[in-house]
Amino acid sequence: MTRPRAGSGLAKWAVTIVCVLAGWASTTFAQDDGEKEIERYRAMINDPMANPGFLNVDRGEQLWSLPRGSKNVSLEQCDLGMGPGKLEGAYARLPRYFADADRVMDLEQRLYWCMEKLQGLDMKDIVRRRFSGPGVVSDMEDLVAFIANKSSGMKYEPQLSHPKEKEMLAVGEAMFYYRAGVADFSCATCHGDEGKRIRLQGLPYLAQPSKTAQESMGSWPTYRVSQSQLRTMQHRLWDCFRQSRFPQPDYLADGITALTVYLTKQAAGGEINVPSIKR
Amino acid sequence: MRTISFTVAMAFAALLSPVSAQSADPALVATYIKNTFKSAPAEWQARITQDETQKICSETHNSPTPAQAKAIEARETASIVFPPDGNVMGDWKKGEAIAQNGRGGQFSDDEKTVNGGNCYACHQLAKAEVSYGTLGPSLTEYGKIRKFDAAEAKQAYAKIYNAQAVQPCSNMPRFGFHKFLSIDQIKDLTAFLMSPESPVNK
Repeated sequence: MTRPRAGSGLAKWAVTIVCVLAGWASTTFAQDDGEKEIERYRAMINDPMANPGFLNVDRGEQLWSLPRGSKNVSLEQCDLGMGPGKLEGAYARLPRYFADADRVMDLEQRLYWCMEKLQGLDMKDIVRRRFSGPGVVSDMEDLVAFIANKSSGMKYEPQLSHPKEKEMLAVGEAMFYYRAGVADFSCATCHGDEGKRIRLQGLPYLAQPSKTAQESMGSWPTYRVSQSQLRTMQHRLWDCFRQSRFPQPDYLADGITALTVYLTKQAAGGEINVPSIKR
Repeated sequence: MRTISFTVAMAFAALLSPVSAQSADPALVATYIKNTFKSAPAEWQARITQDETQKICSETHNSPTPAQAKAIEARETASIVFPPDGNVMGDWKKGEAIAQNGRGGQFSDDEKTVNGGNCYACHQLAKAEVSYGTLGPSLTEYGKIRKFDAAEAKQAYAKIYNAQAVQPCSNMPRFGFHKFLSIDQIKDLTAFLMSPESPVNK
């Protein structure tokens, strides 16, 4: 099945706007005006009818019901926590414990599990295409966009009753404060205080339940205008580790899920509006 | 009665403690972290091993006890290497470029990347640069406020070399300690802060 690349014309146009606005913000405008312009730009691109991330949603919908793999079945019997094939509200309750795997899984870990066990897909190929780029379409990103979109308008309900979910939360908190590497950074360096900014970019406060944690977590997955691609939480945390000068993390590592459990707890009750669109 | 008040006191201590009551077993956390980076090259994996200072700051959520803070201060102060000739002032123009440069140290960088200090990510410096962060204090007019005093310049050099010698568990990277920046780069940054000609002080 061949699938077209999403909205690159629109993306290029939007990137031009970003560059123009970034230029304004750093030269002509005073501080407050710069922030106001960036806010105006965010509002301008936040239009579902013009968000290329919805092309990922459409592709994900097709992938979900497409028979594939050595077993030639679709994903429609995949249980994301609400029962086989039940997608409404599933993303709002992930990560969670799955008895059949005896593990806590985020959406991407669970999709991996279903692709491998139910479909018998070539998982090396799935992982190789985990992050899309020029000439690379990611099944994971498309499926996450489709499934997460089925929780749009709902609120995060972190699942923390099972002992393994509690373990993930405690580990996630410890990892949030874990300082290491050549810059002594931890997640808390940038997200441990309220109302801070890195350069002009506002930082969500993630050390406590907060409005900015709700807004931030409620906006993933997102369409990244600067990368012309849809991005998932796995990619967001991969990029955080890169910026923190940590080593490259393994895709689908349990440590990433532990952090996601911790972050979802800080975002509890926050409304999900995805896929969103960001700079 | 004594047991009850002791229990109550312990409960209050637990509430006031910065570390949550359900803290994870450190050995379990170490296993998770190790597995998270298990495919990274060995020299990169070495980065996740904490030194004593990183360990204390992590465990206390950057609020060390007075005794821990004193130990960090002493240990980090001992690490500082001053320029052999004692001159801590380099070239402020080069310092400005280092303050703007956010490259270096990331797994996406190549080996030719020159590390920057990325000071503007967290600090306001020259007034003309409006794209600055607020994670650290504003350093505008840093030298002017300090009357361009030589002892203050030496102190600024020390702070950039190893921030935790001055403020234990500071969020600021220990640039000299990690050899992330060279002695010459730290001298240039010191001049950017302390030179009367620098835009920081205009």
